[in-house]
Amino acid sequence: MVATGGSRIGVLALQGDFAEHLAALRSIGIEGEEVRKVSQLEGLDGLIIPGGESTAITKLMDAYSFRAALPRAVADGLAVWGTCAGMIVMARSLTDPYPKPLGLLDIKVSRNWFGRQVDSFESDFKFKGIRGKPIRAVFIRAPVVEEIGDGVEELAVLPDGHAVAVRSGRLMATAFHPELTDDRRVHRYFADLAAAKDGKTRD
Amino acid sequence: MATNARRTQSKPPISTNGARKNGVAHSATKGVHGRLWKDSPKPEVGNWRVKSGLAQMLKGGVIMDVVTEEHARIAEDAGAVAVMALERVPSDIRKDGGVARMSDPELIVRIMQSVTIPVMAKSRIGHFAEAQVLQALGVDYCDESEVLTPADTEFHVNKWDFKMPFVCGCTNLGEALRRIGEGAAMIRTKGEAGTGDVVQAVTHARSVLGEIRRIQAMKEEELMTEAKKLGAPYELVLEVRRTGRLPVVNFAAGGIATPADASLLMQIGVDGVFVGSGIFKSENPAKMAAAIVKATTHYKDPEVIAEVSKGLGGAMRGLDSSKFAPDQRLAVRGW
Repeated sequence: MVATGGSRIGVLALQGDFAEHLAALRSIGIEGEEVRKVSQLEGLDGLIIPGGESTAITKLMDAYSFRAALPRAVADGLAVWGTCAGMIVMARSLTDPYPKPLGLLDIKVSRNWFGRQVDSFESDFKFKGIRGKPIRAVFIRAPVVEEIGDGVEELAVLPDGHAVAVRSGRLMATAFHPELTDDRRVHRYFADLAAAKDGKTRD
Repeated sequence: MATNARRTQSKPPISTNGARKNGVAHSATKGVHGRLWKDSPKPEVGNWRVKSGLAQMLKGGVIMDVVTEEHARIAEDAGAVAVMALERVPSDIRKDGGVARMSDPELIVRIMQSVTIPVMAKSRIGHFAEAQVLQALGVDYCDESEVLTPADTEFHVNKWDFKMPFVCGCTNLGEALRRIGEGAAMIRTKGEAGTGDVVQAVTHARSVLGEIRRIQAMKEEELMTEAKKLGAPYELVLEVRRTGRLPVVNFAAGGIATPADASLLMQIGVDGVFVGSGIFKSENPAKMAAAIVKATTHYKDPEVIAEVSKGLGGAMRGLDSSKFAPDQRLAVRGW
């Protein structure tokens, strides 16, 4: 993990499973930072937007000025990874009338696509750029990507072709929750992406 | 808000019973899953990780009691992470007396249709048939709740039988671990619902967290006797000692009525808060709801709590729970 040395990764800690992401980062040797105010974005190489409720998270992002600050930080090179609610927050648009996403990533996202909690599930997925056994992906009231813009790459897809993991340059989003399993490969993938300032991971 | 290895483990707390490793193995065949996975291995639904995982997504958030679709939309708009669909808030249940049962399914469905956040609903303690109805409706979380009149004086619902997750109340660590042993995927304090008096929630949260710290200081040979004293499954006592926290997400509930109340419980160490009567029995529910949401996020920042607490209008009119006769206490229900 030479590539991740010295990079600073924050986890948006307004609401959701940010503590699980911080624990996952710690297990690969990265002391993540809780981000509750825009001033805490300063100097970060990467930011994780965790799982949670996208309506609550966007509401709090609006109340504490992240809607203006985050796109600026991304323009300055901040790498961002959204999981589940984080994917919704990052989207260009949603199939739902609300909440209003931040438009960081050129994807159109459909919330709660699989149904209600009783339809939440886990299954195995191939993840482009991650070698070895498939990723065990946990989907909780999860979204999917309905439309994908130019330059956005699909990293994992459902049997019917809907993308559930995407990447564009230094931005990535997963509909599922790698922080809820013991497999740290997706966190390493993001840590490498955050450490590689030219937007390229080591492979 | 200590984190721990447990959160990232896939194993459920009961490791001695193979059949329960993932709760009941529900395989997804209906609805979207039936169409989606035609030629692929079927995914696993309703397992332990998925059930306890939804509670993890609610962390740092506020769950609000609502009795109408309009309430539900106000709660969602204020930033609630989930709503509890009820016919009456606890303070009205307390006032009205009589037998309090599961809410009308029609009301629950209307509330489910009016918001996109998870919807919880209450069943009576031990009333597994009410819980089955809630699961059939597609309710996202069942609260097996002492706020309703218990249906069984001895046994709680066997929550492993369900793919819908359950949250249960507790007053101390033994009670919390018994509920988790029965399959509860989330725990909350009982507090004293419908009072606006936060003292019981504080007492229960401090009791659970204090007992966890005490167990952490124990030697391993002392733990079986401790499990016996607590009336708690031994395996879970071992796990609590190893991780320093409950095996599931732990919210505060019962008497929270102001932003400062939420901050108090969060600082004591819970993962989030339920607010029952405290929102819609206040003078300005929309404003109170938004203020408690902000206070729960910024619980460590007194300047934020001060700012959001300004000009809220009156909080709910409270009842001093220390003046209650034993039969007025809801927290004693459950075993």
